[in-house]
Parts: sequence; C-alpha cells; structure tokens
Amino acid sequence: MTNPSPDPLLALFNVNTFYGQAQVHFDLSITVARGHIVCLLGGNASGKSTTMKIILGLVKPRSGEVTFDGASLIGLSTPQIVRRGIASVPEARRLFADMSVRENILMGAFVRNDREAVALDLDRMLTLFPKLGQRLSQRAGSLSGGEQQMVAMARALMSRPRMIVMDEPTMGLSPLYVDRVLDLIRSINQVGVSVFMVEQNASLALEIAHEAYVLQTGRIVLSGPARALKDDPRVRDAYLGGSEAA
Amino acid sequence: MSSWLDYTINGLIVGNVYALVAVGLALIFGVSRLINFAQGSIYLVGAYIGWVAVVRLHTPLPLTIIVVAAATAVVGLIIERFGLRPLQNSVRIAPLLATIGISFVLDQLVMLTFSPNPRALPSQLPDVRFQLGGGTIGPLDLLIAGVGLTSALLLFVFLRYTKLGWAVRATAQDRDAAMQMGVDVNRVNQAVFGIAAALGGVSGMLVGMYYNQIDTAMSLQATLKGVVAEVVGGAGNVPGAVIGSLLLGLVESYGVAVFGTSYRNLFAFLLLVVVLVLRPNGLFASARQAPPEPLTGTFIAPSRPVRIPRWALLVAAAAFAVLPFFPVSSYVLQTLINAWLLGMLALSLTLVAGTIGQVSLGHAALLAIGAYTSALLSLTLAVPVGLAVIGGGLMSAALGTLLISPSFRLRGHYVSIATLAIGEIVSLVILNWESVTRGPIGISGIPPLSLFGHDLISPLSVYWFSFAVMLVLALVQGRLLGSHLGRSFRAIRDDDIAARAYGLSLNRYKSLAFIFGGFAAGVSGGIAAHLYSYINHETFNTQQSILALTVVILGGLGNVVGAIVGSVALVGLPELFRIAAEYRILIYGIVLLLLVRFRPQGLLGTI
Repeated sequence: MTNPSPDPLLALFNVNTFYGQAQVHFDLSITVARGHIVCLLGGNASGKSTTMKIILGLVKPRSGEVTFDGASLIGLSTPQIVRRGIASVPEARRLFADMSVRENILMGAFVRNDREAVALDLDRMLTLFPKLGQRLSQRAGSLSGGEQQMVAMARALMSRPRMIVMDEPTMGLSPLYVDRVLDLIRSINQVGVSVFMVEQNASLALEIAHEAYVLQTGRIVLSGPARALKDDPRVRDAYLGGSEAA
Repeated sequence: MSSWLDYTINGLIVGNVYALVAVGLALIFGVSRLINFAQGSIYLVGAYIGWVAVVRLHTPLPLTIIVVAAATAVVGLIIERFGLRPLQNSVRIAPLLATIGISFVLDQLVMLTFSPNPRALPSQLPDVRFQLGGGTIGPLDLLIAGVGLTSALLLFVFLRYTKLGWAVRATAQDRDAAMQMGVDVNRVNQAVFGIAAALGGVSGMLVGMYYNQIDTAMSLQATLKGVVAEVVGGAGNVPGAVIGSLLLGLVESYGVAVFGTSYRNLFAFLLLVVVLVLRPNGLFASARQAPPEPLTGTFIAPSRPVRIPRWALLVAAAAFAVLPFFPVSSYVLQTLINAWLLGMLALSLTLVAGTIGQVSLGHAALLAIGAYTSALLSLTLAVPVGLAVIGGGLMSAALGTLLISPSFRLRGHYVSIATLAIGEIVSLVILNWESVTRGPIGISGIPPLSLFGHDLISPLSVYWFSFAVMLVLALVQGRLLGSHLGRSFRAIRDDDIAARAYGLSLNRYKSLAFIFGGFAAGVSGGIAAHLYSYINHETFNTQQSILALTVVILGGLGNVVGAIVGSVALVGLPELFRIAAEYRILIYGIVLLLLVRFRPQGLLGTI
C-alpha cells in the first residue's frame, strides 16, 4: 500500500457499502492527491461504479468517511457535492439526448451564476473540442459515441470543477477516440483539475495515471504509483479472479 | 349546435380544456414517471375556488384566473412536499397509491365544504355568439382558446429559456445525470407540481363556466380524460399531450354528433384502450423517450408475511360462524355481510394485484358484470338464484378476462390505466345497451337469494350464506397460492422477464389469475344484486374499486387472510365508531395515505 498523501483532495476511508444484504465495499480506502490522475481498476462487479456513486452522493455508504478538500461529503446531496467542485463524466456519457449540444454543455454550468464567464467558457470548450462547433444546435442523441464523449467532457468542465470523476471514459469508443480521450484527460489535468477515473482497461489507464488502485470484489488488493503497477503481473491476476474467486 | 363546424369547434375547445390537464400530467410523468391521479381533484378544487371568487368575492375575470392559478399551485406544492416527497425512496407503487389517496381526500373535503349539490358558476362574459362560417363561436370559447394558447406559450418560454425550465427538461431525460450537473430534483418536482396544479385548476374553473355548473363528480372524469389524452399523446411528452387532448376532444365531439351524448366517454376510453394495445408508448413517443417501466417486482414492496397459526384461523372462522347464535343485533350481521361481500372482491383483487402484480383500478366492473348477469338470468330466464349467482361468477370470469387480455402485455402503471378504462367502458356499455341492461333505469325487482328453492331472506341466513361462499373462495385461493401455480404467479410478479425466460407463458398465467379473480368478484356482485334487489350502472363504481384496493393494501398484497381482515376492518371500524357516511370515503383516503407512508406491506405483509 502507498502512503496516503498528507493533504489529499479526495479521500475515502474505510467505506463499507451494501445493496440490501449484499456487501459491495469492504473497508475501502482511496486517496486522490491534489493535481493527480488516479485510476481505479477492476473487472466486472468489483464495485468500481459504486465507488463513483459514493463520491457523488448517489449511493450512501453504511459506514466510513468521504472527504473532499478536508470537509466531509457524507450526508450531502448530489447537487451539494457538485457545488463543492466535483464534476462527473458518467458511465455511457448520459447526455440529455433530446437537448441540443449547446444546451448539454451549458447544463454543465448549471451551478454557476456568472453568465458572461459561462459564455466565455463555452467558447473555450469549442477551441478545446473544435468538432463540436458545427454540432451545437444538433440533438445530442444524434452524435456518434466519440462525439458524445467530447460533449460529456466539455459539460463536466463547464462547472469549473476542482476534480472530475469519470466512469469508464473510453468504453465503447473507437481506437482513434480512445487516444483522443486520453490526451484530453491529460490536458485537463495539466490545467490543475484532479481526475479520478474508473476503468476496466488497465493498460490504457496506467499510461496516464499517477496512482492506481486495483479493486476486486469490493476490496483494494493492490495500489501504488501507476509506473510501478504497469509491469506488475498481479494486476493481470486480479482481473482473472485471483485468490478470492478460486 | 348542428353543423359539423360547430362540432369541430366544440371538440377543439373541449380538447383545449383537456390539454390544460394533460400537459400537467405529462410534465409530472416526465420528471417523476408518475401518473398523478390527483390531477382531477386539483381541477375540482380550481372550479370551487373559482366559484368562491366569482360568486362570493365578485372578482373580475382576470383576477379570478390569477386567484385560481395561485391557490391551486399552492395545493400542488403541498401535495408534492407532504404527499409524495417522503415516498421518494419507496417502491414505485407507493406514489401512485398516494395520489389516489390524495385525490379521495381532496374530493371529499370539497364535498364536505360545499355539499355534493351542483352549483352554477357564471362566466361573467357577455352571452353573444359570433357567426363563423357555418358555425358559431362565443366569447367563452375564445377565452378558453386564449388561455390554452397563452399557457402553451408561457410553458414553452419557461422550458426553453429559463434555468429551472432547463432543469425540468434535463431531469425528464435523465434524472441521475441532471443531479450530477447540480440540479436539485426536489425543486424541479416542486416546480412541475406547481405548474401542473395551476393549469389544472384554471382548467376546472373554465369548464365550470363553460357548462355553468360545477359538482364533485368532475374530479374523476377530469383525471380520466387527462390520463387518456396524455397516454394517447405519449406519456411524458408535453406537445404530445396537447395533440392527444385535441384529438380526444374531436373524437368525443364527433362521437356525440353521430351517436348521442351518453356515448361521449365511451369513445374516450375506447380510444385509450386502442392506443394502449396498439401503441403503448402513445402516438408521438419515440422509442427512446419513454423508458421501459421497471420490472413489476420493483413495483410492489417485498416483505415477510406475518405467520398466523392454523388453529388461530380455525378459531376465528368458527367464532364468526357461530356468531349469529349469540344475541347480536341484525345491524352487526348486516355490517358483516357487507364485509364478506367486500372480502370476496378483495380476494379477487389481492390475487390479481398482489399475487401476479397487475394493479387493477377497475375491479368494480367485475362486480357489475356478475350482478347484471345474475339478475338478468334470474329475472328474464327464471334461472334459480343459486345457479344464477354462479352464472354471474362465470360470466365475470370469462368476460373480465376477455376484456383485459389485450392489455396483458402492459406493465406497471399502464395496467392500472387500462383496467381503469375497461372498468369505465363496462359501466358505459351497461348505461347504453338498453335492450339488455335497461340502461339508466337499472334493474329492479331482482328476486332475493335462494338455495334449493328456499328463499334466504333473514339476515341470519344471508350472513351464513355469504360467509360460507367467501370461506370456500378463500380456502381455494389459499391452496392455489401454496401450489406450483401460486409460485408461478409470484414469479411473474417479481420478474416477468426471468419468468418468461424459464418458460412461463405470461398470458396463460395472467388469464388464469383473472379467471379465478373474475369468478370471485362476479359471485360477490351476483349476491349483492339479489340482496339489493335493485342495481343500475352506478351501483358498482370506481369508489368501490379503490375501496377494494385499500382493503388489499391494508391486509397485505397477495395475502388471503389479509384481504378478509382488511375488509372487516374497513367496513366494521367506521360502523363501530359510528362515523357518518359522508366522512367514510375521506377516512379510506387517509388510511390509504398512511399505509403507503408507514406500512406499505400492509398489516399482515405481502405474500
């Protein structure tokens, strides 16, 4: 296990989560240092997406602590958490399909009240994602998967978040877009936004992440700097079931 | 009114009124996937607030409209805050039942405040009519059209250009994603309920002025028409609701032109059933807009039923069987006879709604079919009453199952809407099929109950007869639930896709449930007909369907003993406390609300 950074931006400490009788997380502890990209790896049903939902307040843990910038998030509603500075790129994008691309991007700025600055940020998004410029008045549901991912990322950035949580940002994208998305995550991070991403594709995620955690049936079985984990055979073992399932 | 143009204008005006109700329903459904059965009650409240404003306070028309809109908006906000928000995390049937309970409470409060007698609501507009082509149009027509168009425009501006409007649209399309953008879904719900209530209230006031009459029966009719228009247009689709409403108005108006006034509602419900069966997502819903109803299992609260030892049941049954030997008044026996009759209906509904998960809101129609069949068999064909009652049960089983079968592929809320519509259709057919049912006059002089040639006239014999019939039905149903068949029923309720994957034919099992349930309800209706000696198309109405549903929820869905306990409680307790008849329905509504909130699994638990 790595030493948690002394003043992390986000920290989960001994989180236990249940769906009815079934326990999803066992004493889950994760930290995201300021300015870092942290990825959470794991196979199907390992509890990755639930971790996202815990951070966003969509699922309440039974015990444990979640802090953001030193303050507890437990008991806050999702909108309150978003106002603290966490934006999300949900699994499968979850765009507002019948709203236009412009409306979708502006929905990201829902928590802001500075209209002029929002308009400027919209222009900035169009320089960051030039392709979206021609699509602004199109229905978001009519875009391709890769274009939708761009909209989802622009939407997340519009709230000027301090951290973005992403649920499988490369899922279902063509290889071309996968590279593009990874580049974007890196450049988002370079302007100071921390990133917490959940991924199945370990080799891709480890390429851009600073730290990584490997989750297996609700427990962290491996963690450390991404560079070190890249060549660690135990990462692959964790995916293939490892000791738990056997 | 004579020309087709007149009928078209009338259809469009009435459609405009429906649109005000249906748009509110569509907004609410869009945001919270809930069919708000209290919408008609708000419409009723709007009409009466309008009456108070016009007749008592003498407000000018523009002020009347503002007063009505504001007051009903407040009612909507209260309903959302105290009736529905506490149920956010409960099973999906809970808010549906809550709106039904709220609707009963509101209707009864209006009735208790203003008395059930109709009142005149003058329109304050000059009584002139302008020639328009071959037809005429009056100032009130123009006012309704104007209010409709203005509301549509305001709503469009709200949804398209305001932040809250964006939040409403985003929530309707993806609730979780909207929350992740920082949208406070509670505020969205509030906004939507406020708007829907204001539109509904103004609509009620306008209708009151249009017919210069308001009464408490308006409520259910408005809910039904609004739901029809909304579902026809595609649930949750706001422009669809407007088009559905205009279409409904025209269909009704032309139907009246060709067949006569008493057919108006029949056309509305036939349109609904046809749309539900052929295009359950409505005429204008794209495949994506209406997400599929979740599996029925999430619709009903799972729970551990209360175990009652067999000896306790035997003791209770024996106690009720020997009760007449003790010095009890015939009033007590009469009350219990009513409980046994309601018990049979509740057995039927608890099987259909609880065990196999098809929440029927039109169960009184099965009573009506059984009652009319038994009454007509004994009167016109001189069939012995005992056999006629069985005939009523069989007819109810056959006809009820046949009528509901096209709706077998529907789920969740849609089953409730379809059964509600079918219930209304049965009552309207009874009203209009005069050669057989004697129409609005009803059937009088129905012979009393008899068994093997002996008339059962004394309360004692009727008590034993109805108790015995109910007991036999309950025993058979109890055996059924413990068998393989009962397990298949519950499998379909809990997860119909999984059940189908295991090779269960849904249609066959749903048919079986409705056949058994239809028989029990039909027998109950048959016995009732011979007890009352007079029935008409209103004897078995939606209030009874809802009462039966309350009984079933009180006892625990699917719970045979619970159905009987619930019947005795809901029939007996008001008698015990000598509660005046006009307060009873209010109490049923409150009981339903409290149950949904605090004990959704009922007294004895879901089986």
